[in-house]
Amino acid sequence: MRIHIFMNAGPPPAKEGRLDSECNRPGRLLRAPENFLDAAGVRAVVAQAGQGRRDFIRGAFAAAVAAGAATAPRAHAAEDAASAMAGGDPAMLTLPAHSTGLGQPVATDGYGRPSKHEANVQRRRSPGLTQTGQSSVSFAPLQSLFGIVTPSGLHFERHHQGWWDVDPTGHRLMINGSDARIVKTPRVFTLDDLMRLPSVSRFHFIECGANTGMEWGNVAVPTCQYTHGMLSCSEFTGVPLRLLLEMCGVDFRRGRFVLGEGADGSSMTRTVPMELVESGEVFVAYGQNGEMLRPENGYPLRLVVPGVQGISWVKYLRRIEVGDQPYGSKDETLHYVDLMPGGQHRQYTSTQECKSVITAPSGGQRLQGTGFYGISGLAWSGRGAVRRVDVSVDGGRNWRSARLESPVLSKCLTRFNLDWVWDGRPALLQSRAIDATGYVQPNTRQLRAVRGTRSIYHNNAIQTWRVQESGEVDNVQLS
Amino acid sequence: MSSCRNPARAAIAAALVCAGAAQAQGRYPQIGRAATPQEIAAWDIDVRPDFKGLPKGAGSVAQGMAVWEAKCASCHGVFGESNEVFSPIVGGTTADDIRSGHVARLDDRSFPGRTTLMKLSTVSTLWDTIRRAMPWTAPKSLTTDEVYAVTAYILNLGGIVPDDFSLSDANIAEVQKRLPNRAGMTTAHALWPGAGGRVRPDVNATACMTNCGPAPAIASVLPAFARSAHGNLAEQNRRVGAQHGIDTASGGAKAAGGDGGGAQALALAQKYSCVACHGVEHRIVGPAFREVATRYAGRDDAVAYLAGKIRSGGSGIWGAVSMPAQPLVDADARTIAQWLSDGAPK
Repeated sequence: MRIHIFMNAGPPPAKEGRLDSECNRPGRLLRAPENFLDAAGVRAVVAQAGQGRRDFIRGAFAAAVAAGAATAPRAHAAEDAASAMAGGDPAMLTLPAHSTGLGQPVATDGYGRPSKHEANVQRRRSPGLTQTGQSSVSFAPLQSLFGIVTPSGLHFERHHQGWWDVDPTGHRLMINGSDARIVKTPRVFTLDDLMRLPSVSRFHFIECGANTGMEWGNVAVPTCQYTHGMLSCSEFTGVPLRLLLEMCGVDFRRGRFVLGEGADGSSMTRTVPMELVESGEVFVAYGQNGEMLRPENGYPLRLVVPGVQGISWVKYLRRIEVGDQPYGSKDETLHYVDLMPGGQHRQYTSTQECKSVITAPSGGQRLQGTGFYGISGLAWSGRGAVRRVDVSVDGGRNWRSARLESPVLSKCLTRFNLDWVWDGRPALLQSRAIDATGYVQPNTRQLRAVRGTRSIYHNNAIQTWRVQESGEVDNVQLS
Repeated sequence: MSSCRNPARAAIAAALVCAGAAQAQGRYPQIGRAATPQEIAAWDIDVRPDFKGLPKGAGSVAQGMAVWEAKCASCHGVFGESNEVFSPIVGGTTADDIRSGHVARLDDRSFPGRTTLMKLSTVSTLWDTIRRAMPWTAPKSLTTDEVYAVTAYILNLGGIVPDDFSLSDANIAEVQKRLPNRAGMTTAHALWPGAGGRVRPDVNATACMTNCGPAPAIASVLPAFARSAHGNLAEQNRRVGAQHGIDTASGGAKAAGGDGGGAQALALAQKYSCVACHGVEHRIVGPAFREVATRYAGRDDAVAYLAGKIRSGGSGIWGAVSMPAQPLVDADARTIAQWLSDGAPK
């Protein structure tokens, strides 16, 4: 006869007798649904369970003693595989250590980290792109990410004069005006101050204006990590800048621009038009994905300017100046200016236009044979939400609309998916995003026809990945 | 570049915002405090294109040269021409550009680079950058007069001011009128939200769904020699998944250089800091790679043996100093070992 017994979770009883005495209390021992036991039956079950528990403890001791020896046969698992495969997968027929031993305790690592088997998933530099590591960029491994949130440790990096881990207790934010009349009362806020104020938490993408910049003229890099990896997306938490400006008594009629300035050596500065601040979208953030900002991303305070290129999201934010004209800073005069045919530069190019990329399958990967695959990727727009994403597997001749996975948010990454059965023939994979304004992501030819090939910045062209008969996927551009 | 806003709408918006402002000041009492004049003076260092924020002072080309050679030349070159660490500052501008305000070479595809002076449209930008961010390893350490002097020296290298020039707050506006690319910028584009959304996007694609455009033709692929330029892509993808990374460590690199694997092995030796202790020709702390190659030249299992030794380390074979175990993956160890067993060729 099978007797089912269900016990409350909790520490095992110290004594059988005590358990026995507690048996009849409701909630301490739940009766099996298909058998109602009488008191004698419960005692018999408890006695068996106690016996079984001792056996279990004896068994655990034996396993611990044998643990060293157990590794020896494991080493031959691969050799055994061939003979074992006839009967089944040795990964299933031979139980691994984690099925037969004791795992690790809680809080082994007080701030946990990814599996050691995920070591290939790293942000990386592009060799030869910069000569220094302090004025450089690392790319997020988009090919290995799911959904829309970038794990904070994989967020792309861009530093201008090296990163710092700033002590938040000594950090200050000052708001002042370019003249005394624009801001009535210049103010200083500590982190304690800012974290007392009403906060907002919003998901937004951040993309460097130079993302995909190496590909303006021709194919230059092999994988989507390097073509599109100056892109990340997080939930940011902080205080709307409009609220802070109002607390200082800003003259919004004259003060049509704000300057964000960092506290690091570069003291990076960028101009943000007041329209964006007045919309309520711009905020000063201290939180990112449930934790504080990472040092590489501006801890303890950065500006969040949704839809605008990353350079304007000033890190280590120490100062906001309100003024009546743009500031022409280094990174809006010497860099982050887009060279057009004819030799004129576009200045203050800020908005990140609608763009998308297939992250799987993508360059540098190999399909493991014909059959079903999910085509998956990311789409985003600096002008609002993504309305639609189309996918082509024939180089743009024919398109199918992909599924947009929720959430679909304004100025945020959107994950798209499309089912695909690969028949083994060469294919050219492309995605094309359309945003809420109706703007359609252009192909390389359409973009170059207007902007040439020397802009460096704001390349939002359709990406093409070629699937070869071997299953290898590489980066190509079409004429 | 300030916007031509509708005055009536702006007045209403301003009135609403003012009402909100009055509320905000009252709604969040005892948060933040007024900044002191000293604090504002210490932090408000920006200089605008109209020179608002520019402190009084002066510095000559000659003074600038002295500061430059002591604190700037190691990164930027004696004449601001260096491309070693950062992009060149000086070069590519002409006397004609100073007259026209447009740098002609920005439209010359055969001209290789874009220097700072080719792009610089506002001299305040140069002054402000030097003041806030230079020298690179000791930003904000120059005096106001030194900032004027270094700015003057750079402008002199570009032929914008004469050798005996002294730049000051009094004459900087005159210098602005001689900047080679002072008329080289436009804000008439849809990517500047400060334009109030009045400019339409410049690229207008349509979303055709079937039988679109010409048959696709591939115009650009990654050249074979660049296949492994970003490392082994197999190690840049998760070990499980719908797709795995392509192994670009084997085969690709050799086909690339035809160099006997030397470039790849040496790149790995650099990556894992082997070269801190081993020279190719000369011993440093450990034996030269060429010595190792010679010793094991006749050994059949040299690749496996050396790959094992690289990973496990060892002592006693080459002298008293032991080599610690190296944490590199087997494929990389074998690449180096293969190169050693081939005689460590160039």
